[in-house]
Amino acid sequence: MSSTAQQPDASGHFGVFGGRFLPEALIAALDELTAAYEKAKNDPQFQAEFAGLLRDYAGRPSIITEAPRFAEHAGGARIILKREDLNHTGSHKINNVLGQAILTKRMGKTRVIAETGAGQHGVATATACALLGLDCVVYMGELDTQRQALNVARMRVLGAEVIPVAIGSRTLKDAINEALRDWVANVDNTHYLLGTAAGAHPFPAMVRDFVKVISVEARQQVLDLTGKLPDAVCACVGGGSNAIGAFHAFIPDESVRLYGFEAGGDGVETGRHAASITGGSIGVLHGARTYLLQDEYGQTKESHSISAGLDYPAVGPEHAWLHQSGRAIYRPIDDAPAMEAFRLLCRTEGIIPAIESAHALAGAIEVGRELGPDATILVNLSGRGDKDMHTAAKYFDLLDAEAEQS
Amino acid sequence: MTGTGTTTRLTEVLAAARAENRAALVGYLPAGYPSVEGSAAAMRAMVEGGCDIIEVGLPYSDPQMDGPVIQRAVEHALAHGTNTHHVIDNVRAVAETGAATLVMSYWNPIERYGVERFASELAAAGGSGVITPDLIPDEAHEWIAATDRQHLDRIFLVALSSSDERIGYTTRHCGGFVYAASVMGVTGARASVSSLAGDLVARTRKTTDLPICVGLGVSTAAQAAEVAAYADGVIVGSAFVRALLDAPNEQAGLDAVRALAADLAEGVRKR
Repeated sequence: MSSTAQQPDASGHFGVFGGRFLPEALIAALDELTAAYEKAKNDPQFQAEFAGLLRDYAGRPSIITEAPRFAEHAGGARIILKREDLNHTGSHKINNVLGQAILTKRMGKTRVIAETGAGQHGVATATACALLGLDCVVYMGELDTQRQALNVARMRVLGAEVIPVAIGSRTLKDAINEALRDWVANVDNTHYLLGTAAGAHPFPAMVRDFVKVISVEARQQVLDLTGKLPDAVCACVGGGSNAIGAFHAFIPDESVRLYGFEAGGDGVETGRHAASITGGSIGVLHGARTYLLQDEYGQTKESHSISAGLDYPAVGPEHAWLHQSGRAIYRPIDDAPAMEAFRLLCRTEGIIPAIESAHALAGAIEVGRELGPDATILVNLSGRGDKDMHTAAKYFDLLDAEAEQS
Repeated sequence: MTGTGTTTRLTEVLAAARAENRAALVGYLPAGYPSVEGSAAAMRAMVEGGCDIIEVGLPYSDPQMDGPVIQRAVEHALAHGTNTHHVIDNVRAVAETGAATLVMSYWNPIERYGVERFASELAAAGGSGVITPDLIPDEAHEWIAATDRQHLDRIFLVALSSSDERIGYTTRHCGGFVYAASVMGVTGARASVSSLAGDLVARTRKTTDLPICVGLGVSTAAQAAEVAAYADGVIVGSAFVRALLDAPNEQAGLDAVRALAADLAEGVRKR
């Protein structure tokens, strides 16, 4: 196993993955962004501004919470939650968004565009743009604007323009296509604030660097609490930003097992899932070579998951590489066990997780049973579940018939 | 750069146009719209009307460079089961006319089909080369090797935003012609052709002797004439697709694209 310290290489490749598969018209913008980010990375002023916003605005460091009653269901292993759900806007997304928003201002750009699926990244982007005085346009699949109407309202309240995308599958992947079309036409004054550690170089590395604070904090917090490193880290994987953030500082720690849990939907064997690594194949989508869901002709297949935030047919290229190199282990978690873990955390710990994060919790139950009671498992609780009440209420049949109609 | 001395039909056609002191007319349609047979017939009608070069579009689920007109046609083609075999079939049907025939494809379908397999089947069908809008030479090692082996022209794009250094790098890896994208944006007809395109062509000429064809936004004979003043070829896509989409039936569609090609062919001769 070689170290990941030098990943990606200068041209943005993680092994055979990553790179830049976008039109030439966008290469200058990617070069500009790479240069601006490399400069900012080594600029104490940028880092101080970023750290200041994370502390005074987002509420970092996020705490860790031990979950003993939940852990009884996980083979008795010790379960520790990293509470990204307690950040401002309710998920890990704010970390990346603040970093890129500051960078946008440093590049002298005044307009931000973003894609969103469930709406979490859109809300976080609208938040940062309101804070920093940037114009904000969010592309969202028409189907998702209907499924997540409340988040559309949140973005609009924050001053963002939300544009429903009515082409293709009318979901996240089509919102990304439309954002790319906007970017190529408006690249002079516009930054594309991509919401996950995917896409063309430098996005996967840059987004990772903005979210790695999760594992930098958690590694020290677990050491302080237990006197040793965890035996395993569990995170859910859609595009993969919370997972790469939760893994990064642990990658050199060879004793720490890293587990990424993809959305298994109805089950990988049914074809209705969003498990790009465990149920997909290598190809190119949205600017990078990675694992994706595709048919024999390279047409992107639609993904399926009860979790809108994991419902994406590809994955960030660094995860593809961590899978191929064997450093991290990826497994699918189907809708049913994810929802069971969702309910379990609510009932045993009084914490309502995002359904995305519930996939990591269900995975931790599996891993806990495998590793046994002596193991310590860190779970990245990437977001809170308030946004998922509609889905949960329907799934568990929690509403009275009358309320359901209103 | 391409091949080992074998001249493609594309190169011959561009040289012939240059000898006639005119620009070549390049027309695009996606395979499979309105049907696989229908797109082949429409492309042949475009050749009859005066297109020198045909781009057969490979329909793709995520066409990031395309505007709403082409998206609609492509969505229809995919929904009706158009696949890579059909694209090769369309190439064969067009190449038989003597027109230079290219494929325009996003990268993933080629990679998935098999780079070598795609290149060899295209060459066997009489295709001259491939335009790859989302593949830059930096990522094209395998593609460069395969197209060299099959004597296919590789057509990469240069953009208004490209630095002179990148233009030079890109043209060094091109064969047949260089595709100059005249606007920063997606495919689709526009009221006027960007005045910046001439500057891009001039910057590109400093780096290469290859012909330079200009695409994006051209839909009328007047625009074609304007571009033909400084370019070696004029590429028209969405206007042909629009003519098909608007036609009440298939015969009317064939007549419309033939007439549009004839009109544009006059334009490229008025430089």
